[in-house]
Amino acid sequence: MAREIYQAVVDGILVGGVYALMAVGLTLIFGVLDIINIAQGVLVILGAYLSYQLSESLHLDLFLGLLITVPAMFVIGVVIQWAFIRRLRGRERTSMTLLVTYAVALIIEGILYEIYGPNPKQLNASYVQSSVRIFGFYLPYIYLYGFALALVLIAAIYALLYRTTFGRSVRATMQDETAARLIGIDVSRVAALTFGVGVAVTAAGGMMFGATNSFNPNSGYDLISRLLAIIILGGLGSIGGALVASVFMLTVESLVDIWSPEWAIVVFYAVLVLVLVIRPTGFFGRQPVRAQ
Amino acid sequence: MMSTVSRPRAAAGLGLIVLAVAAIVFPAVFSSPVVTNYAVYALIFVAVVSAWNLFSGFSGYISLGQAVFFGSGAYAVGIAARDWHINGVGVFALLPLAAAVGAVIAVPFGLVALRVRRHTFIVITIAVFFIFQLAAANFSFTGGSVGVAAPFLPWSPTEFNDRFYYITLACAVAAIVIAALVRRARFGLQLRAIRDDEDRARGLGVRTMRVKLSAFVISATITGLVGGVWFLYLTQVEPPSGFDPLFDLSLVLMAFLGGLGTISGPIIGALIIEPGQLYLTIKFTNGYASEILLGALFLLIVLFVPRGIVPTGGEWIRRLRTRGRPAVPPVPTAVPAPAPSEGSDAPVTEARR
Repeated sequence: MAREIYQAVVDGILVGGVYALMAVGLTLIFGVLDIINIAQGVLVILGAYLSYQLSESLHLDLFLGLLITVPAMFVIGVVIQWAFIRRLRGRERTSMTLLVTYAVALIIEGILYEIYGPNPKQLNASYVQSSVRIFGFYLPYIYLYGFALALVLIAAIYALLYRTTFGRSVRATMQDETAARLIGIDVSRVAALTFGVGVAVTAAGGMMFGATNSFNPNSGYDLISRLLAIIILGGLGSIGGALVASVFMLTVESLVDIWSPEWAIVVFYAVLVLVLVIRPTGFFGRQPVRAQ
Repeated sequence: MMSTVSRPRAAAGLGLIVLAVAAIVFPAVFSSPVVTNYAVYALIFVAVVSAWNLFSGFSGYISLGQAVFFGSGAYAVGIAARDWHINGVGVFALLPLAAAVGAVIAVPFGLVALRVRRHTFIVITIAVFFIFQLAAANFSFTGGSVGVAAPFLPWSPTEFNDRFYYITLACAVAAIVIAALVRRARFGLQLRAIRDDEDRARGLGVRTMRVKLSAFVISATITGLVGGVWFLYLTQVEPPSGFDPLFDLSLVLMAFLGGLGTISGPIIGALIIEPGQLYLTIKFTNGYASEILLGALFLLIVLFVPRGIVPTGGEWIRRLRTRGRPAVPPVPTAVPAPAPSEGSDAPVTEARR
């Protein structure tokens, strides 16, 4: 029993790393643009399909392929922001961005269906199937690499935010958009680039998701609701919070999974509701959510 | 002055009578079950979107959890009919139960969710929605993934659709009337004050939690009842159909297309979108073009009619009347007193920006 619990905790932490890769982009986009990007789930799947295409037609290694998919997803993100989200203003912006990003999700999903069909796919490489034994635990290589990738990318985003001028503009925009505009920050450029970065990180998350799960164009919806639960729990806009919340949620889920796989996913949402009753801002939320 | 006020009013009254007559004779003119099927679904959505708008449209708290009440109402009727062995037309006596179940669920749901605002509120409603969907799939009394079937109603197909047409029509009319009454009442003003500036509304003495929760429960009650009717019409409910994420997003889209927070807007939105969606899914059964089209439609609506048909249309009419001259400057009264016109949706508390 104790062994099972240890294994479940280790699994939860490793899978949590994969989810952190997907959630970081979402929370970053939220923090700067103040919107919920419903399309993030489908964008993860799009990233997975891009990796799939590269490894199928060019036989490119999955991690090497990221050098192509990450910039590609960055461009896609900037285009989505520029074409649709930039235009939304006014009181109902929150709900309208919800609808717009959902519409984008529907369109991307439809296109993926047209190209790849509904049959589930999975990414493959030599390290996807094999695992290594450390201290008596079997750890799949892919999760180890993925966890390392998550740490590297999150560190890179931190460096981007705290060591560069662009990062300073981003943080200024997060704190107070009007003030940032007043001191000469090009807020709409910051917004577009941040959306791009948030979507670009998703490419890595998508590759990891695709290597550890089988996916079809419809998989994005289950993902987005989990990712939303994670970023709310971590505190909206907090990148460290997203990492902690991913690991926490996935560990809880994998622990409950020992007793009842069916209820594990319910616990996922129940934990969110419970935590928010006690602490409405999540783990690392700064102020109580801004007034309407 | 009198004539300018009363003429549109008389026209509106006449329009309502024409609409009522048209709605009543509709099944007699279009007797095909295919057509009445569209009409029944459209009316179901008119009723639910009016209920949704009563809470979300007036208060500004966009809920993506309305399907919780809809599905629970459906399940309540199905489970009660199964366990209490109720057959035939007697199942309609269970509809108040569906409404009560909606209301009972809304109280704890609201107490938790209404503590937070905006994005967090939206996500909590999504979370609660998934809890219900997964619970329905995992509990044994809900029939697991198979769901629950309704008792057989001994009606012929045409009769079946026609009767459900009138039942759903009654639900829709009731929901609209309740929404309109709420909007005119002090209660509705308080809701809209919360939408404009919740902290200020509280400062002005609105008991915000109580007001929000009451609206949430009223909205849930109507939705639960309509969920029960929908179940009897469809005769089957499964977890993904009773608790359907697309359902919630459709409601939001309908309300936005027509005009959030108005009475007629969501109705118009429902009457356009629900038949449109049904038509698209039937027309493109084995392609994914319907999804792409639907997404494109969403985008067009939000980008080009962002305020909804009714407010935008109202503005056009006003502009036409004033013939290009600037319209009458906004009167700083709190609310248009005798007949709050649908289009003008002036902030209830003083404008901030």
